[in-house]
Amino acid sequence: MDAITVVGIAAMGFAGLTITIGSIAPAIAQGRAIQQALTAMAQQPDVHKPLAQTLFVGLAMLESLAIYCFVIAMILIFANPFWNYVIRTGS
Amino acid sequence: MEIMDLNQISPDQVIIWQYGDLMINATLVYTWLVMALLVAGSLLLTRNLVHHGPVSRRQLLLETIAGALRQQVQDLGGAAAVVCLPFVSTLFIFIFTANALALVPGYVPPTASLSTTAALALSVFVAVPLYGIRRHGLWSYLKAYAHPNIFFFPLHLISECARTIALAVRLFGNIMSHEKIIGILLSVVPLFFPAVMQVLGLVIGTIQAYIFAVLATVYIAAALNDAGDESRPDDIQAAPTTPQGG
Repeated sequence: MDAITVVGIAAMGFAGLTITIGSIAPAIAQGRAIQQALTAMAQQPDVHKPLAQTLFVGLAMLESLAIYCFVIAMILIFANPFWNYVIRTGS
Repeated sequence: MEIMDLNQISPDQVIIWQYGDLMINATLVYTWLVMALLVAGSLLLTRNLVHHGPVSRRQLLLETIAGALRQQVQDLGGAAAVVCLPFVSTLFIFIFTANALALVPGYVPPTASLSTTAALALSVFVAVPLYGIRRHGLWSYLKAYAHPNIFFFPLHLISECARTIALAVRLFGNIMSHEKIIGILLSVVPLFFPAVMQVLGLVIGTIQAYIFAVLATVYIAAALNDAGDESRPDDIQAAPTTPQGG
């Protein structure tokens, strides 16, 4: 295998792995957060407004973890620093 | 309509005008567009405001927006946090406008570039100690950094930097990912479905603007309320790996 193949396979493969593993954990965490918030809201409907507000902020925080992984995956595919190097050296 | 290629992950890479080393990219152009829109809108809307008597519909709109923002800031940070209302509201309105205009074809939100979001996050990074020092004085503000004991000083510094990076990458990642999803969908299912995603994008843009403003308020309120006496309720978030590229 020449260098371009190796870099290509590594970049694509790890971009896929990054977004896969990186979205599993936030998905579980968000599910748990929503579950707890719904339980709390069902038990105390009076405080549902601040609960929903905190839930939104918390969900966005968890969401951003998945977004970090997405950013890394995008960089691996579209802005990979090794592509230019490999192409410049003519594989 | 699309001015960005699919493999350009930031509007920084779209050069619109170049003269020697001086170049103007799409981020700058669209930031200026949003700024011009906001300044013109503010000038138009704030003419002829009245203290007494019948209130125009324009003024009612402004008072509703200002009142809602003030209420939010007060709920989050207590009465002391109202001093940061102008700063936080400016952040919110700028980010919200920049994101909401994404519905216009040919427009790329300047917040889809890491440069813009880094600048916004840096302004929060600077504003936090400024508000803290203005309220408590330099010495008692610095004492909060050495809270349990002096060995926690570097940890507080790291947390301050990490949350700034997180603030920048969160906004950038959300908006950029949405732009990319639209681009990919346009090339796969060009009819109808991208429109649904645009609606989702509007929701994401609004929530991200809200989150950014809320976090800025929480950080500033922590510096305002807790310097010197209590532990600082910091954003408990792991330091992310910072992508420098793009």
